[in-house]
Amino acid sequence: MSSIDFTHIKPYGDTFGDGAVQLSFTLPVPYGEEAKEAARLLAIKMGLDEVQIYHMKDLGEHYTFFILYGKVAHSIDYTKITVAKIETTRLDYYQINEKIKKEIKRKIVVVGACTGTDAHTVGIDAIMNMKGYNGEYGLERYPMIDAYNLGAQVKNEDLLAKAIEVEADAILVSQVVTQKGIHLTNLTELVELIEGSGLRKNMILICGGPRINHELSLELGYDAGFGSGTVARDVASYIVEEMINRNRN
Amino acid sequence: MGELQLNQSLINKARNAAEKIAEQVDAFIMPRSTVTIERTALRLMGIDGVNDEEIPYVNVLVDQLKENNMLQDGAVSWVCKAMITYGMTPQEVAEAANIDKINWEACRSLPNDETEQLGFQLAEAGLLKIKEQQQKRNQMLEKFGAGKKPYLYVIVATGNIYEDIVQAKAAVRQGADIIAVIRTTAQSLLDYVPYGATIEGFGGTYATQENFTIMRNALDNVGEEVKRYIRLCNYSSGLCMPEIAAMGALERLDVMLNDALYGILFRDINMQRTLIDQAFSRMIISYAGIMINTGEDNYLTTADAVEAAHTVLASQFINEQLAFKSGLPVNLMGLGHAFEINPDLEDGLLLEIAQAQMIRQIFPEAPLKYMPPTKYMTGNIFKGHIQDALFNLVGMLTNQGIQLLGMMTEAMHTPFMQDRQLSIENAKYIMNNSRHLSEEISFKSGGKVEKRANEVLEKATTTLEEIEEMGLFTAIEHGIFADMKRPFDGGKGLEGVFLKNEHYFNPFDELLKRDLGLGVERNE
Ligand code: B12
Repeated sequence: MSSIDFTHIKPYGDTFGDGAVQLSFTLPVPYGEEAKEAARLLAIKMGLDEVQIYHMKDLGEHYTFFILYGKVAHSIDYTKITVAKIETTRLDYYQINEKIKKEIKRKIVVVGACTGTDAHTVGIDAIMNMKGYNGEYGLERYPMIDAYNLGAQVKNEDLLAKAIEVEADAILVSQVVTQKGIHLTNLTELVELIEGSGLRKNMILICGGPRINHELSLELGYDAGFGSGTVARDVASYIVEEMINRNRN
Repeated sequence: MGELQLNQSLINKARNAAEKIAEQVDAFIMPRSTVTIERTALRLMGIDGVNDEEIPYVNVLVDQLKENNMLQDGAVSWVCKAMITYGMTPQEVAEAANIDKINWEACRSLPNDETEQLGFQLAEAGLLKIKEQQQKRNQMLEKFGAGKKPYLYVIVATGNIYEDIVQAKAAVRQGADIIAVIRTTAQSLLDYVPYGATIEGFGGTYATQENFTIMRNALDNVGEEVKRYIRLCNYSSGLCMPEIAAMGALERLDVMLNDALYGILFRDINMQRTLIDQAFSRMIISYAGIMINTGEDNYLTTADAVEAAHTVLASQFINEQLAFKSGLPVNLMGLGHAFEINPDLEDGLLLEIAQAQMIRQIFPEAPLKYMPPTKYMTGNIFKGHIQDALFNLVGMLTNQGIQLLGMMTEAMHTPFMQDRQLSIENAKYIMNNSRHLSEEISFKSGGKVEKRANEVLEKATTTLEEIEEMGLFTAIEHGIFADMKRPFDGGKGLEGVFLKNEHYFNPFDELLKRDLGLGVERNE
């Protein structure tokens, strides 16, 4: 397939350009032929051709589940895609400590927590605790970083207060529970608090969690966002470079 | 059924150490009570409802007594005094106190024997309501039969009790035996129980008495249709552990998550507070014939399932002994454990079998709550469905009592209706297909599985002996469970703990102890 047209990209099953997709969903209608037709019509509205309903199941209480396949009519111009990404060079543990010593010439201070009513600590611990994650040390281990991990269920006010107390260069917020958009409410509240305190400019504000990405973070008013699989050095590389850049400007 | 050759003398040693640990904890608990225990007693006396600011009347009363330095006598004692002084019902006392119409000092002079007589009357009436619910459960179980084990346990967690009902009823029709309503993120740390039916929660639904009633009725109705008794589960945990136990007992819940260690480690609740609360809540639970579920499975989400396997076993031994201290019979101990080993590990399945079979043999009469893979579930739902299938197979092979069904969307969201159906289908297929597999299996003597089980047992025994030496509180301070360290005076809720004085009166405590055959030592 040497001549793929990147301006018209479609899903692939087994024949180039077939547009094959698989899909499953539940409709709040009783099991039966009408349900099946409803699912098919809906799939057509979603832009699928040759819709095949391969499986349907009565879930009870007048709900029906479908597994279906179809061929998507739409395509995407891949050449026009831009994604907000963190552009810093990814350094390792030793390089990061060196760079802080040489270019910032003091320890940097980082405060982190999982905020609101969210009790998940594993994510923030993976970034901050000594032990780290996936064979990568956490920020506490870095000799040139003073890391304060406040744990989970931390109020935004308390996180900010701690950041002020220790004159933090960066705040790290973790959000894992996302049901009904609670993470968005929580993250927005923190930004507003910090802006209200007049300290926004002095701090690098970072959020992370399995449902977080950089683009979303920018929208919410954060400087950067990190998702699944992040390790401490990703975050540390970013903080250090950002601090240096800000000092220059 | 094939059995592992486990070192019985180690099992005995471990159990003895756990018993000593439980005795130490019990000695600490005895002279103390908490605000939520006092509120529980008031609830069981029939006080219900909230004031204009949505504060439950039981909180209003207990806070007032605390402010006046009267709580050490026991809340029941003062409410009875006020009842006699003002000629009011318990509810009227609460409502009058809310508008500062009770002069507590004026009630002081009443003789204790008079108030206590009234207290016992009210307590007997309160406990009778619980007994009636237990009888009702027994009748229904007799009518429909108890069902085949392992029970299929699924969660609903929409945040809206009415949406939960739709999801729950569908799950029942698909074959679920136990419905657990997961609680919203905020609830554990609330030092009051919210009131009424609720439609907004995050990652779960508020536990309120009204929500319990609504769900209980819905499950009874659908149960009648499908001719099975459907068990309802909720959380007697967090800062209102005993109050929720009482509500669960009154509304005929059948299973309750009840584990102080979980609250300490995962919600940062103060250890003194929640262990005291747990002892009282477990008496109510025992009296109501509710099954507890403990939370050891969670340790493996923060610690590694291979390295920390022994901490699960050690904690189960402790939970068993603490439960005995509250009169809980073995057949109601749904001790928790989990299938959480990294799926990339070679022979990981052997280790899972070793753990599950070992626990089965060490607690032969306990129903055991077996938790599915969660930590290593990913966005790859197709692989996830297979992980859950292996888990179901191990559950069958080792005769678990409750199989908490895994969802292939575990890493993404609380279950959708279809997730549950696929998961129940998975479980039913495997369980039916391997119904008598365990009878055909014997374990290789000295083989990998047996060796692993004995290693874990040995480590657990050593750990228990260490804990016995330093005491449970210090052990938790050192981070022995789940890699989490929690200080004795830290966490939430310590301000709600107090020492009972020599006049302390709580008729529920006394009647429950009497009924459960726990040596009644009053006012020691
Ligand atoms: C472990 C776990 C728990 C443990 C948590 C133990 C602990 N101390 O953390 C326990 C059992 C206590 C738990 C409880 C609950 N959980 Co939980 N839990 C999980 C589970 C299984 C794994 C999460 C985890 O540890 N992942 C491993 C870590 C390393 O990954 P991570 O968090 O994504 O972090 C990485 C990145 O995201 C990033 N990152 C994360 N934070 C940050 C921060 C910064 C600054 C940066 C740079 C990077 C970063 O870096 C990390 C390393 O790479 C997930 C399901 C799953 N498989 O994902 C459910 C899950 C997250 N839980 C869930 C829920 C709902 C709950 C409860 C609310 C359930 C309830 N009602 O009781 C409670 C929480 C109550 C509360 N008050 O919050 C839901 C969330 C659904 C949603 N989308 O909203 C999930 C998805 C399960 C489900 N399907 O229902 N849970």
